[in-house]
Amino acid sequence: MSAGLLTVSPSPHIHTDLTVPQIMRGVIIAMIPALLFSVYNFGLGAVYVTLLAILFCVVIEYAIARYLLKRPASIYDGSAIITGMLLAFNVPSNLPWHIILIGSAVAIGIGKMSFGGLGNNPFNPALVGRVFLLLSFPVEMTSWPKAGATWSLDAVTSATPLGILKDGLRAGDTVPELMNQMPSYTDFFFGLQGGSLGEMSAFAILLGLIYMLYRKIITWHIPLSMLATILLMTGIFWLIDPTRFANPLFHLLTGGIMLGAVFMATDYVTSPFTHRGMLVFGVGIGVLTVVIRLFGSYPEGVSFAILIMNAFVPLINSYAKQPRYGSKSQRHKAYQEKLEKEVKATP
Amino acid sequence: MRLNKHKTFKTGGIHPHDNKLSAQVAITPLPLPKMVTIPIIQHIGAPAKIVVNRGDMVKTGQIIAKHEGFVSSNIHASVSGRVGVIEEVMDSTGFKHMAINIRVKGDDWEESIDRNDALIEEIKLTPKEIVNRIMEAGVVGMGGAAFPSHVKLSVPEGKHVDHLLINGVECEPYLTADHRVMLEKPKEIIVGIKILMKALGVQKAIIGIEDNKADAIEIFQQLLKNEKHIGVEALEVQYPQGGEKQLIQALLNREVPSGGLPADVGVIVHNVGTTFAVYEAVQKNKPLLERVVTVTGKSVKQPSNFLVRIGTPVIDLLIAAGGVPEDTGKIVSGGPMMGKAIADLDVPVAKGTSGILLIPKAEASRSEIYNCVHCGKCIEACPMGLEPYRLLIMSKKGNNKRAKEEHILDCIECGSCSFVCPSNRPILDYIRLGKTQLKKQKNV
Repeated sequence: MSAGLLTVSPSPHIHTDLTVPQIMRGVIIAMIPALLFSVYNFGLGAVYVTLLAILFCVVIEYAIARYLLKRPASIYDGSAIITGMLLAFNVPSNLPWHIILIGSAVAIGIGKMSFGGLGNNPFNPALVGRVFLLLSFPVEMTSWPKAGATWSLDAVTSATPLGILKDGLRAGDTVPELMNQMPSYTDFFFGLQGGSLGEMSAFAILLGLIYMLYRKIITWHIPLSMLATILLMTGIFWLIDPTRFANPLFHLLTGGIMLGAVFMATDYVTSPFTHRGMLVFGVGIGVLTVVIRLFGSYPEGVSFAILIMNAFVPLINSYAKQPRYGSKSQRHKAYQEKLEKEVKATP
Repeated sequence: MRLNKHKTFKTGGIHPHDNKLSAQVAITPLPLPKMVTIPIIQHIGAPAKIVVNRGDMVKTGQIIAKHEGFVSSNIHASVSGRVGVIEEVMDSTGFKHMAINIRVKGDDWEESIDRNDALIEEIKLTPKEIVNRIMEAGVVGMGGAAFPSHVKLSVPEGKHVDHLLINGVECEPYLTADHRVMLEKPKEIIVGIKILMKALGVQKAIIGIEDNKADAIEIFQQLLKNEKHIGVEALEVQYPQGGEKQLIQALLNREVPSGGLPADVGVIVHNVGTTFAVYEAVQKNKPLLERVVTVTGKSVKQPSNFLVRIGTPVIDLLIAAGGVPEDTGKIVSGGPMMGKAIADLDVPVAKGTSGILLIPKAEASRSEIYNCVHCGKCIEACPMGLEPYRLLIMSKKGNNKRAKEEHILDCIECGSCSFVCPSNRPILDYIRLGKTQLKKQKNV
């Protein structure tokens, strides 16, 4: 062979297999169990909403990149698919198509592309879209179809456990009374409850978490610190007054906490860099979620909590740094002192 | 999972697949080449001064270029024969340097060199004589950086060294040269360690070996059973453990301060290959004129470990390993993480050449670059605890002052950040640019 055909480039000459498209593919695979549970619960509506959201997100990203920003379309990295899926996971499965379109446009257009596309957005795009829809279409966004194999597009609606709890408490009922109206914890765990499309089943989401941990796509820091904080805080309030506050397990298994902890808060772009920072971030989301749930006017607060903490990420990044090798480490200081002592001691 | 976890360094680190294809292949001497090209700079420091002329007859082991100044190294004829042209040739760095051509005639060695294989254990020389002998023999660090060994052995005044660390880590994927030397010359290495200990006046030496080389660990444990002052430590596999600073952190839990030397924390580190060269230089009076080079790669017919005379063209090694495979896209001198891609198969083997790696076409070029997704993997991977993604941005913008404040000069260029980046961003390339610009500014 001719030597002229050799590639010459600076080191390193090998590269990890875990590239952006691979990671995105991994996240999509991790979301599939939750999607399947949703299809089982809500039937075709779940498929319809998910596919529409993905389609809208990808098309809108392509259009903005090609015709507005005039640069190569960035859809092949797969991030628009994830945004679409996550947006769908956060809405009821009977949402009309035009609202999905508006949500996708806000998520991709305002949440992502207006900042420069993948990697530059300060807020989780899917959540931006979701919260926009929640504030703009409160009725459509909070009328959830009843869970349990409803295979038609116009199903009976039902309230979420968190909604029942909030309204009941407002009406003067106590928690133990309200609990009798709700599905069992096993139903919560496996997803037989009212709610948004992807937040049904803690079990399915945990499968996704295990897969992402195994593929080393995410680390345990954000999900664990967030869930532990929620468990601890709701636990304290529950111990103080079990008639006014629901128990921690109920909080953990209902609403969007699992979905938020595993898929929303762990978004690379909008979470801190270092493990320390991730712990702070997770704890912050946990605290805000519990505060909104227990004392706010909305029954659920995960989306708001994550968006608020997204805003703190740059600040967290500038404080929670990786310990640098060398000068500042305690080990080094201790050694230095020991060394000085030794030097002094030797004649 | 193993119950007793081995030590490793704590800051950063990555786990590339180790691909040690040639680990079970014994070292074989490569047949003498027809011609060698010996660059006069194969080390860190000043180039050596040429002391032969075209047409001179030289013997194997004869000095052909003398060190200039303290941080420099002698260069010896690695073969016997007639000196040919003395001209600039391209070495593995891609730059042109003066080099001496020798047309090989026979194999006529200097009489002062002991070519007997018998082990000599008794160390007769004084510490000063040892350092001198090592300097005369042109021994340099054989792990890759090629820093003159006698400089490392001359501890600056006011610094107290209490530990000698022997680097048998070989954390670069693919490379097995050090591994084979440890398996085949363990007794010589141990004498080499004692020589270095005597030269430095230290009481304690530790050999650090990654636990993917269990056979080497076992051999040293056996041989050192009754040695109080020399220990062997198995280390968990993690790149870049063979970095001096990382090895010190792994074995002694000490951290070299920013801009400092290992001697600042009481440590001197030498590679096992260097230790063997020290043994040969001191006990056999043999200068550094040959070394073990791994020739490897996924498509290479016979991945091998060759004992090669310095100055042998790379093509000779490739032919001996079964030829250049059809699908070769890149040839690297050194390991895949820190080695240098070479453009020319006539590049000579130098003192610091630990391996020749052939990378298939499919893996030879870089893939598409995406935006930074802020995953933080580069920060997690950096063994110096830096923030590589920010250093990239600063270097790109020419903000070198900020980069310096963020300790860009601490970077050891191990390539871990570029390796893990899921967006394939050229992080290390820009960090190198930033470092070079800073060094330039300093020189002006």
